[in-house]
Amino acid sequence: MKPAVKPAAVFAPWEDENETPLIRFDGVTKRFGDFTAIDNVDLSIHRKEFYALLGPSGCGKTTLMRMLAGFEAPSEGTITIGGQDMKGIPPNRREVNMMFQSYALFPHLSVWDNIAFGLRRSDMPKDQIGERVKEMLRLTRLEQFARRKPHQISGGQRQRVALARALAKAPKLLLLDEPLGALDAKLRQDTQFELMDIQEKTETTFVIVTHDQEEAMTVASRVAVMDNGKVIQVDTPPRIYENPKSVYVADFIGDVNLIEGRATLKDAGLASLTWAEGAPEIIATAGEGLVNGAKATFAVRPEKVAISAERPDDRNNVVHGRIHDIAYLGNLSTYHVEIAGGQIIKAQTANNRRLSRRSFTWEDEVWLSWTDTAGLVLAG
Amino acid sequence: MNLARRTLIGIPYLWLLLLFLVPFGIILKISLSDVTLAIPPYTPTLDLTEGWSGIRAFLRGLDWENYVFLTEDDLYWKAYLSSLKIALISTFFTLCVGYPIAYGMARAAPEWRPTLMMLVILPFWTSFLIRVYAWIGILSSEGYLNQFLQWIGLISEPLQIMNTPTAVYIGIVYTYLPFMILPIYATLDRMDESLLEAAEDLGCSRLSAFWMVTFPLSRSGIIAGCFLVFIPAIGEFVIPSLLGGSSTLMIGKVLWEEFFSNRDWPVASAVAIILLLILVIPIILFQKNQEKEQEADA
Repeated sequence: MKPAVKPAAVFAPWEDENETPLIRFDGVTKRFGDFTAIDNVDLSIHRKEFYALLGPSGCGKTTLMRMLAGFEAPSEGTITIGGQDMKGIPPNRREVNMMFQSYALFPHLSVWDNIAFGLRRSDMPKDQIGERVKEMLRLTRLEQFARRKPHQISGGQRQRVALARALAKAPKLLLLDEPLGALDAKLRQDTQFELMDIQEKTETTFVIVTHDQEEAMTVASRVAVMDNGKVIQVDTPPRIYENPKSVYVADFIGDVNLIEGRATLKDAGLASLTWAEGAPEIIATAGEGLVNGAKATFAVRPEKVAISAERPDDRNNVVHGRIHDIAYLGNLSTYHVEIAGGQIIKAQTANNRRLSRRSFTWEDEVWLSWTDTAGLVLAG
Repeated sequence: MNLARRTLIGIPYLWLLLLFLVPFGIILKISLSDVTLAIPPYTPTLDLTEGWSGIRAFLRGLDWENYVFLTEDDLYWKAYLSSLKIALISTFFTLCVGYPIAYGMARAAPEWRPTLMMLVILPFWTSFLIRVYAWIGILSSEGYLNQFLQWIGLISEPLQIMNTPTAVYIGIVYTYLPFMILPIYATLDRMDESLLEAAEDLGCSRLSAFWMVTFPLSRSGIIAGCFLVFIPAIGEFVIPSLLGGSSTLMIGKVLWEEFFSNRDWPVASAVAIILLLILVIPIILFQKNQEKEQEADA
């Protein structure tokens, strides 16, 4: 789990007050009968952004995307793209193209004709269509497959045809519905980087729907975490990971240790958590909206918890425990440590050197420690 | 193991041999014989008691003169052409009626589809003959259709539909409609609906999405349905004889008259053999289409 680091020239139009977003959702609600799929959502997405809608299945992320494409109309609220209200505008009149989860390649048409399909429906002169298709084939490295039918190429190639077809009309906005869902893990990673390259080259605004948090973190400039039809938090991948605003986001993104208790606000943006009788208080950064004396949850990522045989003196947060389980992942080892009261805390260490002998083993007595700023005390 | 496998494969071949090849051989033999007033009404017949010379005499008695006769009397080739024309036109109309029905079925809510399918198949539960007779009651001068049209004041004189080619077209379209609907429905039903969304997303209107995507993807169903209607319609006998009267000329009717009215079994057999040869072409094309579809599925 490492958050992607963007190049030095920071791209952050959402922080600039003068930038007008390309897409705006204002109080958008979508109901299907009694079921509320989207619940009063406000969003803004900027030009050239790679925006990820992330959430578990059924959270409404696909519905949100289908409303952008024009396949669903909002029950309430307005969606504007480039300042234009999208109400009543059918999919074929929107400068928006979509890459479908199933790819939806036309099986009776060759790769070439699939990519040319949208161009032939536009007012592009015939002689330019060929050029554009060639350009798309080059971009997605599909030149030698132009004459094949979709069933004659591999899954990864089909995925690239779907991308080329959706990009061919140079849309203002490209929607990607779980674009890598059908690929195996290795191919998926390569394709994530390819997608980012293509997005940068074409300077198109991408909105991707995914349930895979690693994928969202890798490709996106900003991630919107959704749950039950609501947008819980919108932030850059590092901020989503390091500064989750709620326990839900902290828990949904990556691995986290959660300890429930009562918070006491302190100076310098810190807070302490009383969590068990007789156990020392936990000191950590106070989360947003934390109320003195209210129920709170301490959240810390396993890689920020250090494990040692001797009690460290330089840290405020130290707990004693016993190793319950070890997950050896090759590059990392995760220790599940049982502390007083039966709570399990995960601590992760990087295996920087080849292990000839483990430093810790099952049932070892160990000390866990973390700094004041390693974790967050979140309301709720 | 090997024997069991051969037996299994052998059964359909045995079936074809007994129920197709042997009768075909008999008909072919009769078509090469001469008509005579006897039982059976043709000559020569094979007499194995005469031995080798009997077989030679039998073979000498066979000739192609019935086929020559078919080319001399223009009744026959006119009947073939007329049958082809009627089969082609009614196949086209069946397609025009059947496609929208199949499309509607495939787009219907999933819980309705079995019911709709049942409604298409339901007429098969009644005798085909009764259903064709029922059309006489509808189409005749005093029939329900004319009564209704006169009642609403659209016409003052009854329309002459019975005993015209129109009645035959109606009868064929009605009878063979399920054979058109079912294969088209099968192709439309398994079509991925996101393909239509993709077409719309790429700039198609609903209508052009139909012509660019739905229609080409249902092509194999259309071809299968058309052959399933066209092939039996060429040889159709009951519908033209009950609804078409004397004004429609179809080869099935000619065949029936040769057999039962003229008792000229050899000429009737020759008519049947030629009809079969004509049908071989569309049957081969149909098989090609089915094979192609299976390949595409695999």
